[in-house]
Amino acid sequence: MRLAAVKSGGKTTDRIFMAFLYALMTLVGIVTLYPFVNILAISLNASEDTVRGGIYLWPRVFTLDNYRTIFQYSNLLTAFGNSVLRTLLGTLAGLFSASLIAYSLSRKDFVARRFVSLALAFTLYFSGGLVPVYMLIRDLNLLNSFWVYILPGLVSAWNVFILRSYIDGLPYVLQESAKLDGANDLQIFAKVILPLCKPVLATIALFLAVGQWNAWFDTFLYNGGRTSLTTLQYELMKILQNTSASSGNSGAVHGGQELANRVSPESIRMSITIVATVPILVVYPFLQNYFVKGLTLGAVKS
Amino acid sequence: MQRVRKGRTSLRLLKEQKWLFLMSVPFVLWVFLFNYVPVWGWTMAFQNFRPGRAFGDQEWAGLSHFAELFADERFYMVLRNTLGMSLLSLLVGYTVPIAFALLLNEMRGKVFKRSIQTIAYLPHFVSWVIVAGLVTKMLSVEGIVNELLMLLHLTDEPIQFMAKEHWFWGVVTMSDMWKETGWNSIIFLAAIVGIDPELHEAATMDGAGRFRRMWHITLPGIRPTIMVMLILSIGWLTSIGFEKQYLLGNPIVSDYSEVLDLYVLNYGIKVGRYSYGTAIGIFNSVVSIMLLLISNGIFKRMTKESVI
Repeated sequence: MRLAAVKSGGKTTDRIFMAFLYALMTLVGIVTLYPFVNILAISLNASEDTVRGGIYLWPRVFTLDNYRTIFQYSNLLTAFGNSVLRTLLGTLAGLFSASLIAYSLSRKDFVARRFVSLALAFTLYFSGGLVPVYMLIRDLNLLNSFWVYILPGLVSAWNVFILRSYIDGLPYVLQESAKLDGANDLQIFAKVILPLCKPVLATIALFLAVGQWNAWFDTFLYNGGRTSLTTLQYELMKILQNTSASSGNSGAVHGGQELANRVSPESIRMSITIVATVPILVVYPFLQNYFVKGLTLGAVKS
Repeated sequence: MQRVRKGRTSLRLLKEQKWLFLMSVPFVLWVFLFNYVPVWGWTMAFQNFRPGRAFGDQEWAGLSHFAELFADERFYMVLRNTLGMSLLSLLVGYTVPIAFALLLNEMRGKVFKRSIQTIAYLPHFVSWVIVAGLVTKMLSVEGIVNELLMLLHLTDEPIQFMAKEHWFWGVVTMSDMWKETGWNSIIFLAAIVGIDPELHEAATMDGAGRFRRMWHITLPGIRPTIMVMLILSIGWLTSIGFEKQYLLGNPIVSDYSEVLDLYVLNYGIKVGRYSYGTAIGIFNSVVSIMLLLISNGIFKRMTKESVI
């Protein structure tokens, strides 16, 4: 009905607007996707050919040598392993803590509810700052340790609040009937509430996993001196910083001279970028519905 | 007697709710350790802090670190960069997603609309390390942007985008826009969908065209969302972080790329001047809380509502 009314009046301006709109959106799509396609093409193109330039959407001389090289000669495999491990552990630990706290906060009769809620809310607006946190991590002997990736960020107030508002939306009758059957709070949580929270848990898992996978600064600040604890994003960061500092000259690539001799730094950078991006690209489309729901839920509540 | 009974009921409650306590209290202690104990570290700013010494053995320094900070010319430059870049990102990271959401809402083809949404949200999930790499690549001398500019004869020789200090704020803002526009529009899009369609129908009956409806119905309809998001972002003005600046910057542009947190990193942690670094951190927190309170105050006066 709305469409019909629009069509009767201002037909030409509307057509022009629609044409403009679709052209603009197509442009947005191209501008967003092109960089990814371009680096994928370069990473699959023979290094000595890439130097000639002119690679846009697909490789000219197809090869997997770039990937073979980066995994052979640098500590990228260690970095990849650490990234995967921190993503798995960090996500599980984050889900565990967020769901337990969120359930206790959703119980209106819980005596410490307001206290717990305030203690968490404060952390959303306030932080001790870079130096005091660094000193704390040092004092706790977490420097040069894998656990610095998991422990400090274990509790995220934001995730707790998203999850709590979801639990608040579930019918309370379910809990009451379980209680009448003699279930204790832990059982109600594990058997009644948790299974119903699957969609929102998926959202939070996505946020946690992406955060873990993309983190580089904790490696940089706390574990920079330990190659065995390095992560993929940190290695990529080092390579990008190194080459941009020497304005694209070859040879300065981190990871050894033999690496730089076989393939150009450009190809190395592009292949590592792809290795660091692909896991996200693969998981992302499947979870899109979940995170949009989760985000709007959290925002409405806050 | 009364007291005893009261004590008994709270004991009973404690026993009754023991699982609830076990589920939350350990984590609250955790939060105290990692989020509250560092605030105690603020005392470092008033000492000549030496690691390894007990708290009682530290030498007190009064406000000397703050005096030194305010006397440092570089500090004002860093402050200018921080506020400049955050104002720019507030302006762009705010108006563009609203416009994008409005336009997206006007699209009719479902498949095309969904694909654009999927594509537009994607860069949010990619790390800044990767985005910085992409931006550097696209803006490089032989990059696609320069190639297009040459093709269109807008420039005769390639522009070295990353080596021009006056362009740095622009580069950061544009990268931010590329990465976050789609994601930031989700919240506005959700608000738009929540607007009563009858309002649109009535306006159409009255002869209002597309643009008048967008201006008089859709925009006012999402005004509350716009206001809340605005206040929150003003509170975060000085805490823009340093990721983008660290990753996109280089020594050539450092006069325009260094921001407060980077200053802490370079002049606090890296050289071991922990007290000085803490003083900068405190300044940063105080300013951002002030900004949050001021913007919330203005908002309260305007709408009689409070965000925080």
